[in-house]
Amino acid sequence: MRYRGPPAGALLHAPLDPLAAVFHRPSGTTHLLAEPAPQILAALAGGEMDLDALMATLAVEHELLDATRDALTERLDELAAAGLVERL
Amino acid sequence: MRYRFGVRVGPVSFRVGSDRRAPVAQLRDLYAGYPAPEVGIADHTVRLEAPRPWRRWLRPQVRVAGDFELPGAVPLPARHALLAAEMAMNLQMALGHRRHLLLHAATVEQGGRALVMTGESGAGKSTLAALLAGAGWRLLGDEFALIAPDTGLAHAFPRPVSLKNESVAAVRTAWPDARFGPELVGTPKGTIRHLVAPADSVARMDEPARPALIVFPRFGVAPDIRPVPPAEAFVRLTEASTNYVALGERGFAALTRLVREVPAVALDYPDGATGMAAVERCWAAL
Repeated sequence: MRYRGPPAGALLHAPLDPLAAVFHRPSGTTHLLAEPAPQILAALAGGEMDLDALMATLAVEHELLDATRDALTERLDELAAAGLVERL
Repeated sequence: MRYRFGVRVGPVSFRVGSDRRAPVAQLRDLYAGYPAPEVGIADHTVRLEAPRPWRRWLRPQVRVAGDFELPGAVPLPARHALLAAEMAMNLQMALGHRRHLLLHAATVEQGGRALVMTGESGAGKSTLAALLAGAGWRLLGDEFALIAPDTGLAHAFPRPVSLKNESVAAVRTAWPDARFGPELVGTPKGTIRHLVAPADSVARMDEPARPALIVFPRFGVAPDIRPVPPAEAFVRLTEASTNYVALGERGFAALTRLVREVPAVALDYPDGATGMAAVERCWAAL
């Protein structure tokens, strides 16, 4: 399974302790996200990757070393249901 | 319509038409000293009219009409026409105003900095605002905080303060010089009386203020103060806004900026005096 993030410029981010607010420009919808959802969106921004590549990117670029495949899949499913990530 | 009234309140102007004289006379009294709409053109229109022709005389009633209406709204008795006018003006703002982010909040100012108090009906924001205005704060508004998306400033919208039931006596006791509109008994919200906005608030209605503190008051409970983190403040304020969704990206930018720049506290208080003292303490600690 591969995942694709929204095109560059489609999301506005505002870190709001302890969450992050994200505005999805195409739909005009606001989302409040907890970790690691903002990091997943950042990793997938403007591109696509599979689960292994995403885990590696999160570990290297965002220091999210404890993500399991199951937990990450659940978060991706949630983001897909919210319309922020596309399953390919 | 036979009787007409025009007024500008801060950056917003209204025109009200009525087929009865009394509500327009009451509005003129409540809004004495306010400017007329600039170049004679109002942003919002409200019409007060009898729902049926015979309702002008037989158990007289008033229904409100305007640019925005609530379908199925029940007409009020004509003796409550002033309340109908104020509610209709609120409705035009809530549904039609796009120039500012609107928060259902009472706002007061001191030293160019604004204190924004928001909560559900009954939380005591209007009473606290009236008590603070009586203690020398400048009343920016009772019903709506108007946050400019480009600057983040709170613009004044000092309409008369709608006080309900026992809060009328509480404000009158604390502020004997306060001037009120007529007592409206038996409304859907109980007894209502409008506190006339202080002359200083009206004279300075074009002076905005920088938001400095957001308070979420809750009346009638044991005193408590706790900080509200930005994410929670954001959620509460999206619920308190009547046009956040309609403003789209501008609303997102304005509201995230507000909660990131301005500290917020939840303030529980058992009575007006305790609430006022707690607000002053929070303010002094900024």
